[in-house]
Amino acid sequence: MDCRATDAQPAEEIHRIADMFQPLSRPAELLLEPTRLVLLVSLGIFIVVLAVLVYVLLKFRPRSPEDHLEEPPQVYGSYNIEMAWTVIPCLIVFVLVLVSSRSIVEIQNHPMPEDALKIRLIGHQWWWEVQYPELGIMTANEIHVPVSTRDGKPNPTHLILESADVIHSFWVPQLAGKTDLIPNRINNTWIEPFKTGVYLGNCAEYCGTQHANMLLRVIVQTPEAFQKWAENQKQLPAEPQEALAMKGKSDFFDLSCISCHQIDSTPAEGVFGPDLTKFATRQTLGSGVAANTPENLRNWLLKPDALKPGCYMPDMKLSPQQLDSLVAYLQTLK
Amino acid sequence: MAHDITIEENYRMPEPVRAGVETGSLTRIIQELVFTVDHKKLGLMYIAAGLLFFVLAGLLACLIRIQLAVPNNHFLPPDVFNQSFTMHGTTMVFLVGMPIAFGFANYLVPLMIGARDMAFPRLNAFGFWVFLFSGLFLYFSYIAAPGLYAAGAAPDVGWFAYSPLTTKAFSRGHSTDYWTLSLLLGGIGSVATALNVLVTVFCMRCPGMTLGRLPIFVWCMVVMAFLVILALPCLSACQIMISLDRYLGAKFFDTQSGGDAVLWQHFFWIFGHPEVYILIMPAFAITSEVIPVFSRKPIFGYPIMVAAVVAIAFISLGVWAHHMFTVGMVSLANAFFVTSTLLVSIPTGIKIFNWLATMYGGKLRFDLPLIFCIGFLFQFLVAGLTGVMLAVAPFDWQLSDSYFVVAHFHYVLIGGLLFTIFAGIYYWYPKAFGKMPDHTLGMWHFWLFTVGFHITFLPQHFLGFLGMPRRIYTYQADRGWDTMNLISTVGVIFQVAGILFFVFNLIYSFIRGKKSGDDPWDGWTLEWATTSPPPEYNFAKFPEVKSRRPLWDAKHPEDPDWKHE
Repeated sequence: MDCRATDAQPAEEIHRIADMFQPLSRPAELLLEPTRLVLLVSLGIFIVVLAVLVYVLLKFRPRSPEDHLEEPPQVYGSYNIEMAWTVIPCLIVFVLVLVSSRSIVEIQNHPMPEDALKIRLIGHQWWWEVQYPELGIMTANEIHVPVSTRDGKPNPTHLILESADVIHSFWVPQLAGKTDLIPNRINNTWIEPFKTGVYLGNCAEYCGTQHANMLLRVIVQTPEAFQKWAENQKQLPAEPQEALAMKGKSDFFDLSCISCHQIDSTPAEGVFGPDLTKFATRQTLGSGVAANTPENLRNWLLKPDALKPGCYMPDMKLSPQQLDSLVAYLQTLK
Repeated sequence: MAHDITIEENYRMPEPVRAGVETGSLTRIIQELVFTVDHKKLGLMYIAAGLLFFVLAGLLACLIRIQLAVPNNHFLPPDVFNQSFTMHGTTMVFLVGMPIAFGFANYLVPLMIGARDMAFPRLNAFGFWVFLFSGLFLYFSYIAAPGLYAAGAAPDVGWFAYSPLTTKAFSRGHSTDYWTLSLLLGGIGSVATALNVLVTVFCMRCPGMTLGRLPIFVWCMVVMAFLVILALPCLSACQIMISLDRYLGAKFFDTQSGGDAVLWQHFFWIFGHPEVYILIMPAFAITSEVIPVFSRKPIFGYPIMVAAVVAIAFISLGVWAHHMFTVGMVSLANAFFVTSTLLVSIPTGIKIFNWLATMYGGKLRFDLPLIFCIGFLFQFLVAGLTGVMLAVAPFDWQLSDSYFVVAHFHYVLIGGLLFTIFAGIYYWYPKAFGKMPDHTLGMWHFWLFTVGFHITFLPQHFLGFLGMPRRIYTYQADRGWDTMNLISTVGVIFQVAGILFFVFNLIYSFIRGKKSGDDPWDGWTLEWATTSPPPEYNFAKFPEVKSRRPLWDAKHPEDPDWKHE
């Protein structure tokens, strides 16, 4: 299925190839220094040892069938040589330990400015709950953050990681390395992207049946676009005007959608599934399993299990009329 | 062979005569297998059962690779995929790696130290049957266990079964119970066997076989046994704790009642990391025997080689949390585990250098055992270096739980352990059956398997760099993962072909192989001083040992080793 985002937002560049060697944000960039060092050291060791191995295999290969009648000189060892190849690795290890430790401290103990944007990211089987406690925004599966600048005042985002059920892991390779979302614990990480666009990530800790389709998008916007998005998110969606959408709204509240989903300022106060207040502003549905198009949405409501087998959204046995009206209503939530 | 120094005819005892059933009948064979307490038969049964489970785990791996060959594949539903990788991992670690290691230890340790059997032959048989039963029990879940979605569901929590996925709330039914009980049972068998190896080596060495003269193979097995005794009980405790959580209302790992999910990870990896070294010890053991014999030189730096395995084992007890760099430990703890993990690379490096130094200046004989050991050296070099990369926590934050890790540990366990298991099987096949393994078939096996192995696992490193997490049953088409996944799956075809040659070789050589004689490779350790296959009592008269290479001394009375040691 196609999951290309086709939403109303200004077309943002989607960084589809999540190459860790092309970081576009601070912690991921800081990781590159020890990474390059250890790659270089490893490459050096690899070449030297491989060269010795190949040399030994060629030099001491059997040359003639009679070659084996006599045994080669018996050498039992040499303390000097062994000392040399003990000490050199010790030095290499020493350097690697120092560089890694510095990098660990630099990233983990990075001071967060007071006014850094705070986001609570809560893992669920199999979707991401996203809260902006200071802005009063609640959304799912897509994190919007403002872009930072390399020079001038940095504009990092502080991510507070929690889990509602099992262990999940936040990983957007071009922005930051992994940090787990663990029930009963609060973990912290941060990102500071330098380039706008959509960054793709996956849940990186096996979390059950639909681990594969627990996808995450980080949408990095200019500060103005982010402000605009935030303002929009805070406003309630306009009441549906169209007859079909109005019927959809009443269907939504008659059916048991509201047991799991929330729509602000309505009786829908379920917390088991994603908040739908601004559902139509999102790029994807089912935690990234498909693009948020009316057609996909209809299929999703018809049989969630077909798109995402094993997911907890039940098949509500909706009639075609109910499907049409619900799709029309959900499209108005923007 | 030029030197014929096997024990003389008058040292041999007559075959014991058993009343009742006729020799060679099916009943007799079954009776022999079920009632035997002979370390050699049990050793072969361990290896045979291990290979059987290896084939099962391999089939599961084929399913996994077919599913991942193309994006958005619908070959397997997610629950079956998750069961497949859980069973594949559990099987390879507990029902293939460890039993085959125990098989080699069982078969060879008494022979190499000049003993007539293991110290506790009945405990030995008990260990084997408990292991076999635990394996069958685990696979019985496919028929019997009610799982999340249906009856007949194998465990699907991953081989390290991170809590709280294993609690009642997230793992309904009984599939997880099959996993816990099976490993609990297998753990009992493993500890029994490890204890047996230790007692055998410490109490039953022949005259003159001091600890300083033990073949390095035996040293590695001693170290492995120590690690098993230290690590496996932690796993058993973990399994008991899960069961208490699930059935008696304990709350160790049940986060919904305030339990701690990270506690499980600590407990599991305190077992789990030494386990990795338990699995690699047989690789060190076999390589340290094969390389000297096929280079015609003694092992370079025996004392430091022994010190290195002991050091590796010791350090391996303090590195467990490098599996947990992403759980949010404080920076000091992260730095500590970076340091301890990197320290392992020092003795490991020494081992590789000393193997190379053993070959240097020798006269290499490219027979099957050496060829597989050379494959091991190359792949273990790669695995060691990717291990160093993963030890650097900042790098690990990117690569942990990605396909890079999958590639890394397959280079360790397939490229490392499995290649040496093949080397060991080809090396001691003549000893066990008195027939030579076929060289041509073995070369087909080597090249097909090696090429297939690299085609499958090399691209997975790069998939990790591109952000592909492990254990996903499907992926979308435009993430840049398609081509390498397809290549990876194509490699499986070569590996399967290689394994077919291997299995065919084992059977063909048994029937048609040419007679090997007692000492076909011109070996130096005591197992080559008895007949092939050895009699039930191994040695009619205990050999006397004066050096690390007793058979070298016998073959070269003009220049024996003990003059140099």
